[in-house]
Amino acid sequence: MLCDICGKKQATVHLTEIIDDQMTELHLCEPCAKEKGAQMEKHFDLSDLLAGLADMGSAPGLQVDEKVKCPNCGMNYQDFKAIGQLGCSECYKAFKKNLIPLLKRIHGSIQYFGKMPAVSAARSLKPGAAKSKAASALQQLEDYKARLHKAIQEEEFEQAARLRDKIKELESKK
Amino acid sequence: MKLDDLINQTSEWLRGTGPQSDIVISSRIRLARNISKLPFSHRALKAQSQQALKICRNAIESSDFMKGSIFMKIDELNSIDKQFLLERHLVSKELIAKSDSKAVVISEKEIISIMINEEDHLRIQVVQSGFNLSQAWQIIDKIDAELGSKIDFAFSHDLGFLTACPTNTGTGMRASVMLHLPALVITKQINRLLQTISKLGLTARGFYGEGTQASGNFFQISNQTTLGHTEFDVIDNIERMVRQIVTHEQNARKILNAQHKIEFQDRIYRALGTLKSAHIITSNETIELLSMVRLGMDMGFVKNIIMSKLNQLFIFTQPAHLQKLEGKALSPTERDVKRAEVIREAIGK
Repeated sequence: MLCDICGKKQATVHLTEIIDDQMTELHLCEPCAKEKGAQMEKHFDLSDLLAGLADMGSAPGLQVDEKVKCPNCGMNYQDFKAIGQLGCSECYKAFKKNLIPLLKRIHGSIQYFGKMPAVSAARSLKPGAAKSKAASALQQLEDYKARLHKAIQEEEFEQAARLRDKIKELESKK
Repeated sequence: MKLDDLINQTSEWLRGTGPQSDIVISSRIRLARNISKLPFSHRALKAQSQQALKICRNAIESSDFMKGSIFMKIDELNSIDKQFLLERHLVSKELIAKSDSKAVVISEKEIISIMINEEDHLRIQVVQSGFNLSQAWQIIDKIDAELGSKIDFAFSHDLGFLTACPTNTGTGMRASVMLHLPALVITKQINRLLQTISKLGLTARGFYGEGTQASGNFFQISNQTTLGHTEFDVIDNIERMVRQIVTHEQNARKILNAQHKIEFQDRIYRALGTLKSAHIITSNETIELLSMVRLGMDMGFVKNIIMSKLNQLFIFTQPAHLQKLEGKALSPTERDVKRAEVIREAIGK
């Protein structure tokens, strides 16, 4: 089978494309496929999708300053919208207002329930105690309790209920 | 250990052992981690990328679990070697695309691979053969804790681990299971199943992950979100879902065998016949036929083939593997000839 684009070389790459519900199959040689692939990547970039979402996140009427710069890496929110990736860990603080609705859209939640990094557990505990499992569970429990308190104060009852369940779960394991 | 030693060994996840390994090929977990305050890979200046590489490398190499591992800088590899690592699922497309200050560390049995300066500073991956996510989690959790005690990870109490892309923020975890579902494809139940999966916060991808088409009836099921649930809950959710899918596939196999036995066996034996006698074969055809033979082995029709050997063929018949086996670059047609030869050697007798 010859390549559908150049018609000269043997087709070795088989591509299925769906445009407006129309499915087409393309049979391409390697050089043509590479070119086509580069085009496709431009067409369909995660950052485009994210940029769309990043706009949807903010409530209408609420003017968000897109020129706010991250003090650590110098990135602004507009840059993020164009690239779809943040510049550094500090961007999360700098763009917090805009990011929270975006994260909520992506994950359906903005509450973290996962593990703690070894270091952050070690820092607030006595040296030597960090490695024990019980210590990190205790640390986690304290963290959940603090967040439960905060959630109740902020009247985020759905989150509060979930935190309460997590606390119960941890306490039952003691 | 060197890169060229890998070609002589079977990756752990291809051994074809572990729970439910007739349908579940492998279980894989990856964690995305970054160094606090240092710009993420796409924004880092050359010196900052080198700094990230140095910090990560030091932490990894001084740890217990990476003894006997190989460290490779991506820009020191040729294009066949890069493709070779990709075919073995040890690196991602992103890692080998632009290679400045990027590296990968691979453990002895290819169970652990750690990519440095991919989208995130660290991408830790652990893979197990069969249906074994909890085992994979136990391993990766320890690695993560040890690296976390040496590296100041980007972490916030409210949002968890901070990643370059907000789709990974939180646990930074992607847990996935590779399934072989030929009977659900043949009985045309697969689309409905995949739709249901996406409604439950899970996603299905092809053999090579993100953006790849499912081929040879292989599907990777993984979690979509990383905030709002503990790692344990996410893994538990996938496990429950996979258990159900496995039951559906088993039932579909039983029905095919009971109601269409002759046609069913015919397809399997024809696939085996073609693989045993072909002298030129494309990679697409190979994967489709190997999938049928694998099904035939699971059903007990095809004997005398070792599962790990068959599993290995899925990877060894990929372009870069064929070229490594031959020891030189091959044109597409030459590869099709070499591929047929490799298959005949493995299962031709």
